[in-house]
Amino acid sequence: MRNPLSEQVVALKPSGIRKFFDIVSEMKDAISLGVGEPDFDTPWHIRDEGIYALERGRTFYTSNAGLKELRQEVCNYIKRKQGIEYVWDREVVITVGGSEAIDIGLRAMINPGDEVIIPQPSYVSYEPCAILAGAKPVILNLKAENEFRLTAGELREAITEKTKVLILPFPNNPTGAIMEQKDLEAIAEVIIEHDIFVMSDEIYSELTYKEKHVSIASLPGMQERTILINGFSKAYAMTGWRLGYACGPHAIIEQMTKIHQFAIMCAPTTSQYAAVEALKNGDADVEEMKLSYNQRRRFLLNAFREMGLSCFEPFGAFYVFPCIKEFGMSSDEFANAFLEAEKVAAVPGTAFGDSGEGFLRISYAYSLDTLREAMTRLSRFITKLRENR
Amino acid sequence: MREELLAIIEKNSRIDLKELAVILGVQEVDVVNELETMEREGIICGYHTLVNWEKTSNEKVTALIEVRVTPQRGQGFDSVAERIYRYPEVRSVYLISGGFDLMVILEGKTLREVSSFVSDKLSTLDRVLSTSTHFILKKYKDHGTIFIQKTEDEREMITP
Repeated sequence: MRNPLSEQVVALKPSGIRKFFDIVSEMKDAISLGVGEPDFDTPWHIRDEGIYALERGRTFYTSNAGLKELRQEVCNYIKRKQGIEYVWDREVVITVGGSEAIDIGLRAMINPGDEVIIPQPSYVSYEPCAILAGAKPVILNLKAENEFRLTAGELREAITEKTKVLILPFPNNPTGAIMEQKDLEAIAEVIIEHDIFVMSDEIYSELTYKEKHVSIASLPGMQERTILINGFSKAYAMTGWRLGYACGPHAIIEQMTKIHQFAIMCAPTTSQYAAVEALKNGDADVEEMKLSYNQRRRFLLNAFREMGLSCFEPFGAFYVFPCIKEFGMSSDEFANAFLEAEKVAAVPGTAFGDSGEGFLRISYAYSLDTLREAMTRLSRFITKLRENR
Repeated sequence: MREELLAIIEKNSRIDLKELAVILGVQEVDVVNELETMEREGIICGYHTLVNWEKTSNEKVTALIEVRVTPQRGQGFDSVAERIYRYPEVRSVYLISGGFDLMVILEGKTLREVSSFVSDKLSTLDRVLSTSTHFILKKYKDHGTIFIQKTEDEREMITP
């Protein structure tokens, strides 16, 4: 029989930490700090709208690009939060999570051989999506000394004649790094100068603990060359609803909608109705969750300080990214040893790219009680490591 | 800091002061001062424990009593409310808008104890026109807390 598989797909690297997660899920009493989704339930009024939509029999397809009302609310929301104006019926497509938007956005823009610059450490989907779209991924390793922000100098170095798209994943998973207005202005200058496009993944935009999030699309000359990706998973604790969106220039959105139409038809209808409620009446819920995350963030940073573990102060998402280089172990070794000794699972930084070596991703989408216990165990663990050295 | 502090201790008044300072991002001494100030100003009125008595062997009966009263010249409802809230078995008294005036929440050991309070003490007060008593059969949620077992964390470890 012939080989039924695509060589390109087979060649994609599987996620390296699958095995690690399997061990964790077997361990009954393990504390996991590995989950990348909110610990809150979707606010009740949003769930209620979903239920109501089902009761009313709203179980049909929506238009391919998404419910009119939802696209309009998305535009209102972005106008309100970022001051950017999008035209609801030309510049918005509702997708199955932000992840679908990444996939179809790249497929809509890439010609074979185009280069896509992917700053890492970052979310694991960019590289495989770029490859499947026919691009050559160019990995740009972010540096701890820059607090894992992208600098204009680094970007300039990575750009070649073939560069077409820069992925801009801020606020960042896994580092918690943010890009502030001044950082973005420097990047925008390089982008315009080299005539390339930006895919700005702003799924954590609501979760910043310093200044309010700024989108690169709001800078002069950038809206026309930016695909802004966002969604409902992180801000409204709606991960399982699988709903996101992309906003951008009509020419790109039109092609994205075409792929979306053929591959997906439309995003889940129930979720779209619930999302309308989230955008209309969800601001207070977001604020409340953000307040909790910020308290936990401060708690963890203080705990690291007390145990002498080095960590830059992250101002976004719900992750901290402490450095474990002092122990002379790789991230993998450290995470495995910590899991074995103290039954706490933290994700090795290398799961998000080679530049995550020497770091751990710790999620604070957990209750303070869980975090307190985990930090007691971490402190005990590293005290022993230091004694044995 | 005041509102965030109150929101935290309203849910957990036993939280460690040092930890409270850490999560608020302020100094411990500032938290202590703020708590003392709010106690003095009567903003913080107590640090109570939320008990689900149904799970103990201690039987209790709670009733909500709607009370219609005649307000008194110069004092409105305050003096009749005071007559009522002075009774230790009365847990709460609220002045209410709508079809009646005072909502009285009463706790007793038995149904009879509550009934006799209403008939002997409450109804016989001069300015009380009528009462209507509702016994609580089951508490599902109290003070924002749902009285059922916490569910397990159902989130899966998926590829980040």
